[in-house]
Amino acid sequence: MNAAGFPLLSLLTFLPLAGAVAILCIRGDEATVASNARWTALWTSLIVFVLSLILWFRFDPRVADAQFVEQLAWLPDFGVNYHMGVDGISVLFVLLSTLLTPICILASWEGVQHRVREYMIAFLVLETMMVGMFCALDLIIFYVFFEGVLIPMFLIIGVWGGQRRVYAAFKFFLYTLLGSVLMLLAILALWFRAGTTDIAGLMDVPVPANWQYWMFLAFFASFAVKVPMWPVHTWLPDAHVEAPTAGSVILAGVLLKMGGYGFLRFSIPLFPEASAFFAPLMFALSVVAVIYTSIIAFAQDDMKKLIAYSSVAHMGIVTIGLFTFNQQGISGAIFQMLSHGVVSGALFLCVGVLYDRVHSREIARYGGVAKIMPAFALVFMLFTMASVALPGTAGFPGEFLVITGAWRSSGWVALGAGMGMILGAAYMLWLYRRVIFSRITKNEVKGLLDLSPRELAIFAPLILLTLWMGLYPSSFTNVWEVSVAALIERHEAALSVPRLAGL
Amino acid sequence: MNWTLALPEILLAVAGLVLLLVGVGPKRDMTFPITMGTLGVLLVAAVLSMATADGVAFNGQFISDSFARFAKVLILLGAASGLMLALDWNEKQGIARFEFPILVLFSTIGMMVMVSASDLITLYIGLELLSLSLYVIASFDRDNERSAEAGLKYFVLGALASGLYLYGASLTYGFSGSTNFAAIGSAVSGEEGASLGLLVGVTFVIAALAFKISAVPFHMWTPDVYEGAPTPVTAFFASAPKVAAVSLLVRVLADPFADLAAQWQGVIWLASMGSMILGSLAAIRQQNIKRLMAYSSIGHIGYALMGLVVATDTGLRGVMLYMAIYLVMNAGVFAVLVSMRRQGRSLERVEDLAGLGRTDPAMAIAMVVFCFSMAGIPPLAGFFSKLYVFLAAVQEGYWVLATVGVLTSVIGAYYYLRIIKVMYFDTPAGALDPRSASASVILAGAGLFNLLFFLFPAPVVAAAGAAVAAFAG
Repeated sequence: MNAAGFPLLSLLTFLPLAGAVAILCIRGDEATVASNARWTALWTSLIVFVLSLILWFRFDPRVADAQFVEQLAWLPDFGVNYHMGVDGISVLFVLLSTLLTPICILASWEGVQHRVREYMIAFLVLETMMVGMFCALDLIIFYVFFEGVLIPMFLIIGVWGGQRRVYAAFKFFLYTLLGSVLMLLAILALWFRAGTTDIAGLMDVPVPANWQYWMFLAFFASFAVKVPMWPVHTWLPDAHVEAPTAGSVILAGVLLKMGGYGFLRFSIPLFPEASAFFAPLMFALSVVAVIYTSIIAFAQDDMKKLIAYSSVAHMGIVTIGLFTFNQQGISGAIFQMLSHGVVSGALFLCVGVLYDRVHSREIARYGGVAKIMPAFALVFMLFTMASVALPGTAGFPGEFLVITGAWRSSGWVALGAGMGMILGAAYMLWLYRRVIFSRITKNEVKGLLDLSPRELAIFAPLILLTLWMGLYPSSFTNVWEVSVAALIERHEAALSVPRLAGL
Repeated sequence: MNWTLALPEILLAVAGLVLLLVGVGPKRDMTFPITMGTLGVLLVAAVLSMATADGVAFNGQFISDSFARFAKVLILLGAASGLMLALDWNEKQGIARFEFPILVLFSTIGMMVMVSASDLITLYIGLELLSLSLYVIASFDRDNERSAEAGLKYFVLGALASGLYLYGASLTYGFSGSTNFAAIGSAVSGEEGASLGLLVGVTFVIAALAFKISAVPFHMWTPDVYEGAPTPVTAFFASAPKVAAVSLLVRVLADPFADLAAQWQGVIWLASMGSMILGSLAAIRQQNIKRLMAYSSIGHIGYALMGLVVATDTGLRGVMLYMAIYLVMNAGVFAVLVSMRRQGRSLERVEDLAGLGRTDPAMAIAMVVFCFSMAGIPPLAGFFSKLYVFLAAVQEGYWVLATVGVLTSVIGAYYYLRIIKVMYFDTPAGALDPRSASASVILAGAGLFNLLFFLFPAPVVAAAGAAVAAFAG
């Protein structure tokens, strides 16, 4: 617990913002500003990461409730408090966010050459929003951070993106905003019914069954777009392709998790009956997503687009796991979210390495890269294997647990999820073959240099994590086991209570 | 006779007359000293307004309560920011005259009388004092055809609205026997209830006020007048008079006509719905940024009215909070618009902002803040203004209105994003002239307010709550 009374979570949340303000104050010519902005951003995010490790060491996995809690009156008239805390479910997402941000900043060290100051500010603001969102224990605070993410991300895609960046940025923004405002209405309805927006307080005020369905759908509108679930996933390939490398990493690594996290944090505990009622729908959409987007991924010529579609498929596995309502399924879903955050982030970084050298994401422009970039080929292979859930890598425990959990709900769903694994292996290996193996036929590929020390430094922690998560998964599952068990217990208790509709 | 309650208005009126004399006296140009004098008087009036006690003066013609105080401070703030923006702009445009600040001053008196009115006649006097001053400043750039057209259009349609108001007021007087709000209130809540004539009267009064706040379907004048009038005048139009007219509408409907809520709610519901939809859809294709802001203001009025439809404490509080935040966002956006000038020529197209992110990063960042705030994206202030009106609507089960509201806010986000896109994603169209110190002050102030509002929302929210508490008792 937070015995010292030190507001660690607030510090983690707002330190990046302080870094952004510091960058704003840098004076001098363009080159000085750029280099100072880079270093300031890197140091800020590294300090935040180191501080976030305290969470990891001092977190007590035997406690299901929120830890490191902070509470301040914010809008006392309306029962809204600035309430922060992490439990087993959210703590690792905070760490994921704080880990990926310095990696992203390092990854853009040379790739981003214009408007460096603004770029670094955008990333630090983004970090504030992400960390704040995972720490928020109040629905309004959560919503503020959840939506606030859109502002820096819109600018990152729009200013530093590729050819069709304007279209992609608008699509990303408006799509997600549309989903979120519907959720806002449901939040407001919960707010005035319970007189509080505190998440723990809301749990004590059961929502009548007939309301649950509408509210579930409103929350679904927001989280399904964020996850993204089929058929509202279409913004994702565009956003991924057009975003700069680091933008894609954050998008795949953290922003997609916000949807899954939202389902787990709000939809399932607040609307247990509606969740159970809509579970078949969620399964159906997820299975379609897994199979459909895997097939689509085969047809892609663009590396980033292929990985983007694979993200949709992997997140489909996550939503299957969440709605099994059993320990394996939910545990697996959380594991899958974390491992996907690391692995897909790393895959986008791999594409970024190639893109920085050749300035193309087209698969056909590559081939035979293994001969001149052996270290890169090895790294890329590891992450490809993790993406196809090879045992021993990070991808495996999550998918395995989800499929185990899904078996207990329905064999067909498990079969669908399993199909996803097979198809995933096929398109990822095919991608790998086309880019890395075969003979070098393109002139521009001949002169490529292997990974620089900076790039190795970026990949090293991700490689370590990928192997660690694959070889010793229980060091991660331990963290959330108790919280998940409590969540399932509450869910089952809510369902077993005779219906008290109208109360 | 408790005339001290009207001390701020009296001070402003006397100061206006004195400044007028000072202006005509000397041979040299007195614009700058008179503007400064006006700003000073506005400041003193703001302090006095906050200090006035509760009470009724002039035989029930004039009321001072927490609501009036809140609205007056907003009005004075809006007027002062409008004046500051005009100071530099008028000079560069070659229309700097000392009458301008004085006209703004008189219109401010009109607005303050409006929000303190507790009688239909006082209300009319305030409304006309406001309107007549606005007609003149709309065509202040008198050699410019569009400005003259704006003034004329505004005058003709404004006169029509005044006519509507007088007709409605006369019906109300005829069927209730009094022009005093308290007396009308007791007539409405009498045993036999409101007569049909009274209802017609109320509807006409609402129509006239809807014209002033440019709510659909009385919005037609807004885009033309906003486009034609000199930019700082547009800034002024979109801020203080809107706050005054909305406050007035709140007072009239929540005080004397509170018992007719079931009848007027439907009317306001339609106006709110129409304004939100029209404001968001019509703005999409606008090329002229002032016209765009005109439609945007129509949309914002729609959201504010949503709180009035609900007419609960939370709803009315939402309206006042909305207007307070809207005022600040608006001042910020217009500070940017006023600064849009290249080689001495003022610019009005959205494209003229192209590349502002590179040529003037500070102003571009401020504009980004205002645009996201207007679009209602958290954590900026504009989100909270929408939050309260939506909360009120959801509380009372106005689901259709709330749903349309959030959907139109997504559509609205599109055209605010377009401004950001032009500033950041497009190639620069050349640097703008350096912005004036007054615009910078307003940019910084409004920008910080929008950015930091989320840290300490409670005081402003509480102030708005205290304001509408005046109607509870």
